[in-house]
Amino acid sequence: MRALLLIAPLLIFVLVTFVSPIVDMLFRSVENGIVTEILPHSTSALKDWNSERDELPGEAVFRGLYVDMVIAVKRRQHTRVGSRLNYEAAGIASVFRKTGRSLRKVDVDAFVRHFTDLHPDWENRAFWEGVFSDPAAAGVLPNSSRTFDAWSQDFAKPEDPVPEDFVYVALAGELRGLDASDLSGFGQPYAGMLAEAARTIGRLDEISLKQEFLQLDSEWSAATLWKTIKIFSPPLTEAYFLNAVDMKKGIEGVERKSEAERIYLVIFGRTFVMSVTITLACIFLGYPVAYFLARLPLRKANLFLILVLLPFWTSLLVRTSAWKVLLQQEGVINDILVAVGIVDDSARLVMINNQFGTIVAMTHILLPFMILPLFSVMKTIPPDFVRAAKSLGADAFTAFRRVYFPQSLPGIGAGSVLVFILAIGYYITPELVGGIKGTFISNRIAYHISTSLNWGLAAALGTLLLMAVLLLYWVYDRIVGIDNVKLG
Amino acid sequence: MAAGTNTAPAEGFVRFESVQKSYDGIALVVKDLNLSIGKGEFLTMLGPSGSGKTTCLLMLAGFETATHGDILLGGRPINNIPPHKRGIGMVFQNYALFPHMSVAENLAFPLEVRSIDKDERENKVRRALEMVQMGGFEGRRPSQLSGGQQQRIALARALVFEPDLVLMDEPLGALDKQLREHMQFEIKHLHERLGVTVVYVTHDQTEALTMSDRVAVFDDGIIQQLAPPDQLYEAPENSFVAQFIGENNTLTGIVEAINGDLATVRLDSGDRFQALPVNVNAVGDRTRVSIRPERVETDSRRLPAGAHRISAEVLEFIYMGDVFRTRLKVAGNEEFIVKTRNAPDQTRQVPGSTIEIGWLPEDCRALDA
Ligand SMILES: Nc1ncnc2c1ncn2[C@@H]1O[C@H](COP(=O)(O)OP(=O)(O)OP(=O)(O)O)[C@@H](O)[C@H]1O
Ligand SMILES: [Mg+2]
Repeated sequence: MRALLLIAPLLIFVLVTFVSPIVDMLFRSVENGIVTEILPHSTSALKDWNSERDELPGEAVFRGLYVDMVIAVKRRQHTRVGSRLNYEAAGIASVFRKTGRSLRKVDVDAFVRHFTDLHPDWENRAFWEGVFSDPAAAGVLPNSSRTFDAWSQDFAKPEDPVPEDFVYVALAGELRGLDASDLSGFGQPYAGMLAEAARTIGRLDEISLKQEFLQLDSEWSAATLWKTIKIFSPPLTEAYFLNAVDMKKGIEGVERKSEAERIYLVIFGRTFVMSVTITLACIFLGYPVAYFLARLPLRKANLFLILVLLPFWTSLLVRTSAWKVLLQQEGVINDILVAVGIVDDSARLVMINNQFGTIVAMTHILLPFMILPLFSVMKTIPPDFVRAAKSLGADAFTAFRRVYFPQSLPGIGAGSVLVFILAIGYYITPELVGGIKGTFISNRIAYHISTSLNWGLAAALGTLLLMAVLLLYWVYDRIVGIDNVKLG
Repeated sequence: MAAGTNTAPAEGFVRFESVQKSYDGIALVVKDLNLSIGKGEFLTMLGPSGSGKTTCLLMLAGFETATHGDILLGGRPINNIPPHKRGIGMVFQNYALFPHMSVAENLAFPLEVRSIDKDERENKVRRALEMVQMGGFEGRRPSQLSGGQQQRIALARALVFEPDLVLMDEPLGALDKQLREHMQFEIKHLHERLGVTVVYVTHDQTEALTMSDRVAVFDDGIIQQLAPPDQLYEAPENSFVAQFIGENNTLTGIVEAINGDLATVRLDSGDRFQALPVNVNAVGDRTRVSIRPERVETDSRRLPAGAHRISAEVLEFIYMGDVFRTRLKVAGNEEFIVKTRNAPDQTRQVPGSTIEIGWLPEDCRALDA
């Protein structure tokens, strides 16, 4: 217990800085509350709409949409839901923006008059407050209650004598289809007044908010728009994940994206292949270095180790930029090749802003992570093993292959895990020297986080990356055995 | 096998000829080593830490090159033969069993690299394991064996390819005393049975004395004495060997006279007595006289004629079971030890008392100072 207390600060730190962002990312990758949150009435009305038939949703949906839009515009949220839906079907964002701008033009006087003509109390704020503070209100008229609360808490000034129009629209929408027996739970006089309003509500059926909306933006007549809203109204969605593997939740269910839109699987594949290439390059370059270091006396080895670590003393950006200087077409290497005559001046090699550049620069940057574990493992292999092998008759190469190399494998294992995992999530270097063809999945993730602001997709891509790494780790454990990995 | 020549003379199967070795080019770790090892001999290199024993072994095995001089195996210089062609078996102090191979694979390794076919290989491995009483352990990993078992496997592996020469560098150093004594016996036994030549390195003198045909005592890169165990113990040629092998009392003084077989020594305390002149050349030389603790008689009645008698003060009496160990002050030396057998008529000395002790001149060796 006391031990737990002792590590508590660290534990909390790890939880806050490490575990919670991952959990948040996992959550964001499926989270989709925004549509129902901002369009509660429309989405609940859409439940009754059959998207299979190619007809527009009914009037109830448009009444809900009106209420939702008014509130959303007041809260300046309509563009957010627009952008969210725009990820799924391009063009929706502008529909919402446009509609929000001209929502005032929608004429809903008839709804207000329907109530006020019945009884003057409907023009009295105190009466409305009475209706919605009735215990039955939340159960029988949930949407209207929510709307009235939103109005009275967020928008109403204290001196406002009557609710705003959209509250009438919401109540009218909800009373449609109810009769006196449904409303009998209310106390008097509310039960009677509501029943009266409900009985005659049919009169409002002539008014078509649908038409009004279509006039604001004809796009509201597009069935795909409504299908998109309906598909993305559940609070959790697999859409981001589908998107991340080049699939989409189309009208007909899950399907592959069109050829031109498929990008992520290619980038995932490229990230994987390039990370493996970088890891292999690090093994080939790092093994001899570590072998050489491990055979030096300790003092000299330490000196060389500092050289290995020297790159860490300079900024990553500087190192990466240095590669730009070296590799670009007017760069040092090309200049030398041309000067020596190996390469023609007109055919200078393209070594940067492509996969080659990324692999070269990242191998350089990650090499120490291969050399260090290799070195520390090799350091623990006593020279007696190789001597024993030789004394038993093995020549130098056989002794190395059969005795030294197998014992250095844990170092290769540790170095590979380290380099591979670092590589697969690398961002800066591919961003700087990768061009278009040499970028990694993390560059897409960063793009979605900072430019397109599609955090859900970024989270899904990130989650897939995490899963891929965990899966590889598991496979690795199966094949090599994680016990065989020694970091030092 | 490259080195396995039966035509080589029994004497001088392995020869070091004026071999010198320096690691840094300045200090000589091995200084002018001349050593001839007979075929089938069990020769032990004994010496304190850092005296160059391992270096000699490594030069013989081919892992270090001699800075100067020749090493001959079966009459042929082997300076330019790489280690894996020398056909010398070697047992390392830490056993150096390959941890990623099973016991059987470890043993098969030298046979595989010699391209011996599978059936014969398996036969030899099985026989080698039986030889060290480890049949049935084929599938184990070295890490699953006890220290003693690992030791046996290392031994079996060094012998499985039937080398004519086996080198062992403190092979028993990591074992506890009991196991060590047991393994000493087994190694000795194997040596007798197989007739291989063994060069054995240790800094445990008991081990050296019990196992070897001859012992080379090393100090500071020089062989101080090369002799069979009994001679080494009874007739050390210099004071280093006398000190290093067994327990020893030293009394320092100068040589007053040498007449024939005996020298007269005058101790710093003024006492005069006679001793064998071993390593003193001239009258007036300083000398250390060495007397073994068990050659001193504490019962004056039993002293034979011709013995030198001297009085001693008892400082300490230790009962050790089979022997009594008495510390005396003799001629100014307070570390003078006497060992007496625990016999019914033996007196147990009382600390503080003064007694008369004595020894024979033949048991005193006047050595270099
Ligand atoms: N690789 C080396 N480089 C430099 N000096 C060395 C090396 N190996 C040994 N020496 C030095 O050579 C001397 C003799 O070493 P060696 O290992 O032969 O001693 P040893 O008699 O085997 O001692 P021990 O009983 O402790 O094993 C020592 O002073 C040691 O420091
Ligand atoms: Mg040694």
